[in-house]
Amino acid sequence: MNNASEVFDIRLTVNNIEVVQRVLARMHLADFLREELGLMGTHLGCEHGVCGACTVRVNGEIVRGCLMLAIQADGAIVETIEGISENGEISALQKEFHQRNALQCGFCTPGMLLAAADLIARNPGANREEIREYMSGNFCRCTGYQSIIDAVEVVCRGKAGVQQGGI
Amino acid sequence: MTTDTASSHVKTHGRYIGAGLPRPDAWRLLHGRGRYTDDIKLARTAHVVFVRSPYAHAGISAINVTKAASSAGVIRVVTGKEVAALCQPWVGVLTHLKGLKSAAQYPLAMERARWQGEPVVAVAAESRAQAEDAAQLIDIDWEPLTAVTSPDTALDSRSPVIHPDLGDNLAYQREVDTGGVDEVFAGAHKVVEATFRTSRHTPVTLEPRSILADYNPAERQLTVYQSTQVPYMMQWILAKHFGLKEINVRVIAPDVGGGFGTKIHIYGDEMTAVALSMMLGRPVKFVSDRLESFVTDFHARGHLVKARMAVSVTGDIVGIEMDDLYGIGPYSGYPRGSANEAKQVLNLVGGPYKNRVYRGRTRVVFENKNMYGQYRAVGHPVACAVTEGLVDLAASAIGMDPAEFRYRNYINAEAYPYTLVTGPVFEKLSQHQAHEKLLDLMNYSALRLEQEELRRQGIYRGIGLAAFVEMSNPSSATYGQGGASIASQDGCTMKLTATGGITCAVSINEIGQGATAVVLQIAASAVGVSTENIKIVIGDTDVTPYGGGNWGSRGTGIGGEAVLQAGKALRQNILTFVALLTETEASVLSIRDNSVIETLTGKELMTLEEVARTAYFRSDKVPRDFSPELVVTRHFAQKTYDGICTNGIQGCYLEVDIETGFVRLLKHWVIDDCGTIINPLLVDEQIRGGVVQGIGGALFEECIYSSEGQLMNGSLIDYLVPMACEMPDIEVGHVSTPTATSELGAKGAGEAGTAGAPAAVMNAINDALKPFGVCVTEQPFTPERILRALGKV
Ligand code: FES
Ligand code: FES
Repeated sequence: MNNASEVFDIRLTVNNIEVVQRVLARMHLADFLREELGLMGTHLGCEHGVCGACTVRVNGEIVRGCLMLAIQADGAIVETIEGISENGEISALQKEFHQRNALQCGFCTPGMLLAAADLIARNPGANREEIREYMSGNFCRCTGYQSIIDAVEVVCRGKAGVQQGGI
Repeated sequence: MTTDTASSHVKTHGRYIGAGLPRPDAWRLLHGRGRYTDDIKLARTAHVVFVRSPYAHAGISAINVTKAASSAGVIRVVTGKEVAALCQPWVGVLTHLKGLKSAAQYPLAMERARWQGEPVVAVAAESRAQAEDAAQLIDIDWEPLTAVTSPDTALDSRSPVIHPDLGDNLAYQREVDTGGVDEVFAGAHKVVEATFRTSRHTPVTLEPRSILADYNPAERQLTVYQSTQVPYMMQWILAKHFGLKEINVRVIAPDVGGGFGTKIHIYGDEMTAVALSMMLGRPVKFVSDRLESFVTDFHARGHLVKARMAVSVTGDIVGIEMDDLYGIGPYSGYPRGSANEAKQVLNLVGGPYKNRVYRGRTRVVFENKNMYGQYRAVGHPVACAVTEGLVDLAASAIGMDPAEFRYRNYINAEAYPYTLVTGPVFEKLSQHQAHEKLLDLMNYSALRLEQEELRRQGIYRGIGLAAFVEMSNPSSATYGQGGASIASQDGCTMKLTATGGITCAVSINEIGQGATAVVLQIAASAVGVSTENIKIVIGDTDVTPYGGGNWGSRGTGIGGEAVLQAGKALRQNILTFVALLTETEASVLSIRDNSVIETLTGKELMTLEEVARTAYFRSDKVPRDFSPELVVTRHFAQKTYDGICTNGIQGCYLEVDIETGFVRLLKHWVIDDCGTIINPLLVDEQIRGGVVQGIGGALFEECIYSSEGQLMNGSLIDYLVPMACEMPDIEVGHVSTPTATSELGAKGAGEAGTAGAPAAVMNAINDALKPFGVCVTEQPFTPERILRALGKV
């Protein structure tokens, strides 16, 4: 009927597993991960690029899964909350979030963790203000943000000092 | 001292109550392992999409669905009549809100649409994308009508009447007059007055409304997975409106991505999804997209309040008068009505102050805008902004420090229980203590000096205070007495499992606030077991006891008490059983660390596993005439007062850039009294979240409608919500005055932050603007409004 319903074959790596799949041209990456691969940890809060709930990592960069088409991820390395949880990469962040109750309903949480991991990888020395600034692409309606910022700050401090395992 | 009472409560109930433990159930959410409604996939699910009215008010003369019906993947297209044949309409009134009126509302609009966003046609297809494609092909002939879009003119004779049968656009009105008002105002030393506006805003749960309805025609069984705060209310409503037996309706609330009141109302689109499942005999899923959320999730708080306060020469409040007006949607909400804000504003203006001379009026009018109703802290932020705004004006008029003015006007500590002139009773507030604690926490006098100093340098900082009250633990007076089957009681069933674990099923719900963890901690303390050995079961009408769910800050106060009593009863039954087996008295036994012990010696008699094994598998060892009852259920309802009032005070410190009108929040403080605290970690972050939602209303959030009734900023791009970088650190402290109406002593904590924050921000802004002799009273306090007040634009 229109280009949107055209299909394409894509091949990509998702959480270290190679995936070959036929997708509709118009399907966005977050829908692809959720509907085709059953990776439900990537959430959809707005589908217009503002809330950050759909944040995933593509070729090492965090992106909004609702703003990228699945076919644009052809050939890419995609990582989701499930992947970076299972490989232990963000275990320190998860622990600090947990300790401080830096989540309530948890709907924003996967996106928050991906954003936080990105910040820590890029700028582990970030101060509190920079952390608040960086985390401002992710909307949380439940917490007062403070516990999230605290958790990220603690992991940053650990990271900026002695280098250790996961973030 | 109230704090001592609190700690003795904690002592009696063991080591988990009062402990700031991380929530065990948060762990899976941190791993992307939550399970929200949209994550549930059932075979043969049809996806439904809606065509909604693009007009605020329009006749529907024809609907052509032919093209859509034959579009790829489409299973069924339905209009209002077809759905109405299955689903009875509803009327959003409550009998105890005398005079509240509304018209019959159908799931889909039929002859006329009455707000932009009202669902009109539903398309069910194999995929959501296909349903969306087909929806584009539906032709509707509209006859646009004049819309009622301003509460100020809704009652004018020139305005169209939205429901001619109702006679006018007045949905509800209530007045209170203690007498003596005119006299005190005439004789007052000073009278201050202002007009306060709070804006219509929308709760924005991050997880949109979602429902997956699964009707099995072979057994006339309806199973609904829904992002809801109130599974039992939904069960009642679905059975009632679809003519099903209540026992054949099962409502399951999986993980819920935020509620805030949004998910306690009835929505036509969700009812239509259920109807479609019944028509098709297959599962039907509806997940609102964000644009739909803006025009359908119940809005709240669009008030216009004219108010004045009379004060004596010594600084006593001697009279208050206020007139409140707000516009709801074209119908009163169902099944809770849209008049609760009116009730709360009228009741609670005057807050924790001892004034006895009061005249108030509140009017609620229909508008051709989105539906409107209960949202976190129903009416309280409005009442608080009005009261606290007047208090600051009054203090300023007589040249008294606003902190001192408040302190001298609080209801006297010995006056409790205190009956308000409007009717409700405050069981016991701790306002003086909270006040003292806040001033200490924020270092009030030092801040005043700093403010003074900076002013000389041309930096304009403001300090705002807001004392608040917040009703919680509601009795049946809120809904049950008005004819709505919304439970005010909650229940808990606790069971000793075969290997000595405990399952604990409760009727309150998890919506992120931490109910599961709170229940876990209470249960562990009450029985005497460790939390690892308890499993909480929540959110399923087939397996939990009957109860009200989550609204009105009631989960911990009501549900928590049911858990405490169930835990104590199970403990008693276990001890009685073991006493019998070991030939001793139950009174000398205790349960500690998953074992029954002799209290005095600490000697272990039996582990809970041995107790369970004996009861379940070795009945030969159990006396013939005795049956160990290792499953117990207890319920609790708060019946003493209409609600239990919590209280506290907030402080806000901010800077206004007088060139740009921008407000920078520097710090926020809260002292809250929610009685016994089960888990301070959860309470504190919930209060902070509440404060941030309140700040959202004060600084950013506003549903802006055109005069034709079009929502102009209905996306997250245009509708501003608070993000991390704009928010201050928020320090939280507590006073604890347990309620005497339960053994647990807990009151609500979920709404207090939201109730007080807007007033604290407003007062701080006005304090910053004081050198210019101007003030702002219209929320949100945008840079433009601030510059306008300063006469700069
Ligand atoms: S869902 Fe992608 S940014 Fe909101
Ligand atoms: S925890 Fe609910 S949106 Fe962040």
